[in-house]
Amino acid sequence: MATATYNYKRVYVWEKPVRIFHWVTVLSTTILIITGFIIADPPAINSNLEATNSYWFGKVRAVHFVTAYILIANLIFRIYWAFAGNRFAKWDNFIPYTKKGIKNILYVLKVDIFLMKDKEHKLSDISIGHNYLAAFSYFIMTLFFFLQVATGLALIADNSSWFLPKMFHFIVPLFGGDTIVRYIHHILTWLFMAFIVVHVYLVLYHDYVEARGEASAMLSGFKFIRSERVDETEEDIIEKTTDQMWEGENDESK
Amino acid sequence: MIKTNKKEETYYESILRKGYTRRDFMKFVTYMSAFMGLQSSMIGQVAKALETKKRLPVIWEHFQECTGCSESFIRSDHPLAADIILETVSLDYTDTLMAASGHNAEEAKQKSMKENYGNYILVVEGAIPTKDDGVYCTIAGRTAIEILKESAAGALAIITFGSCSAWGGIQAASPNPTGSVPVDAIIKDKPIIKVPGCPPISEVMTGVILHYATFGTIPELDAEGRPKQFYGKRVHDSCYRRPYFDAGLYAESFDSDEAKKGYCLYKLGCRGPVTYNACGFMEWNNGVSFPIKSGYPCIGCSSNEFWDNGPFTERLENVPGFGIENTADKIGKIVVGAAVAGAAVHAVATNVAKRKELKRNECLGEVNEKNIKE
Repeated sequence: MATATYNYKRVYVWEKPVRIFHWVTVLSTTILIITGFIIADPPAINSNLEATNSYWFGKVRAVHFVTAYILIANLIFRIYWAFAGNRFAKWDNFIPYTKKGIKNILYVLKVDIFLMKDKEHKLSDISIGHNYLAAFSYFIMTLFFFLQVATGLALIADNSSWFLPKMFHFIVPLFGGDTIVRYIHHILTWLFMAFIVVHVYLVLYHDYVEARGEASAMLSGFKFIRSERVDETEEDIIEKTTDQMWEGENDESK
Repeated sequence: MIKTNKKEETYYESILRKGYTRRDFMKFVTYMSAFMGLQSSMIGQVAKALETKKRLPVIWEHFQECTGCSESFIRSDHPLAADIILETVSLDYTDTLMAASGHNAEEAKQKSMKENYGNYILVVEGAIPTKDDGVYCTIAGRTAIEILKESAAGALAIITFGSCSAWGGIQAASPNPTGSVPVDAIIKDKPIIKVPGCPPISEVMTGVILHYATFGTIPELDAEGRPKQFYGKRVHDSCYRRPYFDAGLYAESFDSDEAKKGYCLYKLGCRGPVTYNACGFMEWNNGVSFPIKSGYPCIGCSSNEFWDNGPFTERLENVPGFGIENTADKIGKIVVGAAVAGAAVHAVATNVAKRKELKRNECLGEVNEKNIKE
């Protein structure tokens, strides 16, 4: 029976900070897109209330601004984690400057995007963390995030007394006025929505075709890889983990 | 008519000569100080400066423009605001308002420029065409570029009065047939104070000149060269309809009940949120009104390229280069739609192209399922 299927090993890929970053991004981006579209084209819910007694649009804007600051903090944290995190979170995953990276991009384009046959079946072609093409797309999106943050802060700079948005005031004359800055801010929102569609689809695609926990990995942190790719034998691992990780627990039980 | 000794007058002397009282003068100083954003303790300093400083000669050049800026200027809020400058202007040179014409006018300008070389304020109204050697705007047989360069050479500072001389204005709007440019595209070595607007508020120019008279410097400018005192705030932030904006009460058409009630004009394309000007608190025609107060959304007339950012009464602007009907949202919907369609097509293609692999995985899984130990 051994030949009928493969053995897989569970690998810790996405550390908790990465997963928290991911879901904070999901939540804040969703809130920002919804409130952003309301701000761009508010529904005219005209009531009999006097303006003094109503403030819903002000609140929508407040939510947009507060969420934006959460997203900014989140992005800054992720940049830190690109240097402090594990090998799958490191910055060099995201910029394909090595031969290996470029080769992997070509492989992913061939096999996963254009759905051509993978004749060689090399295990090393299957990425454990991000594949280089996906990671590079996240890098590009990060640049767009920065542009979105910069245009957003530039738009609020005149209404703010804090130094952070004020630092971005130069963006307005750089792009030639508030109108065009607001425009870039608006159009980038659509770009993020298109990215979300592609991203979610490709995660589901990988999970469907490879069946090694691509989607659930962002919840649990684990992915499954063929056991041939891990050096140690099962006995080694169990021995090691018992020794190191469960040491404290064992001490307590004694 | 023209007495040379008037040139040596102080502002105060010229005001008294015109028949105003000391009380009028002090009211004017107080009013202008407030507009200039000065503390009330500075009023004395402004008054003192006007009493002792010689009047600054002003040369006013008109190029590609509609003279609306001059019209706005002579309807200045406080009569003294206009008089104080207009008197000097009409004595020296402004081809619209001065009594002299033809050769006499040109002579008067040359004389004044020579006498006050390095010591006069140049006001420019209108953009400067550059295409075909600038033939699209000529005065007395000379092109606008030539005239501008000549009068700018001896100027202390240049005030670009109106959106045309500040940004290019309507003649620089797409497709800009005459190659019009603003003043700062031609003159690089003089301080340029931009006073955009279509037309601009006249007190801004008076404020700039008074600031120079009082402090000996041009006022603080923002990154785009506009005096901060007057262009530091968005129209939106000083708009009296702002509470309706925050409350989410909007007029959706001009003939609606909401429009009559004075609700926010945001959904009618008001450019207040992206426009920097002092309309909200200075208003027009002796403080009678400004566009929003009269029920029409701000069109952003003091913004760069505002003519190209139409239509004025709609929230979204056209995307340049995508045709007149395309708004950002339309393009966005196409992009997201394409992503969804692409994903759907890819999903189907995956099931076809990888059918063997998927089938094999399924079979192997089924074998495993049958071999589960009870």
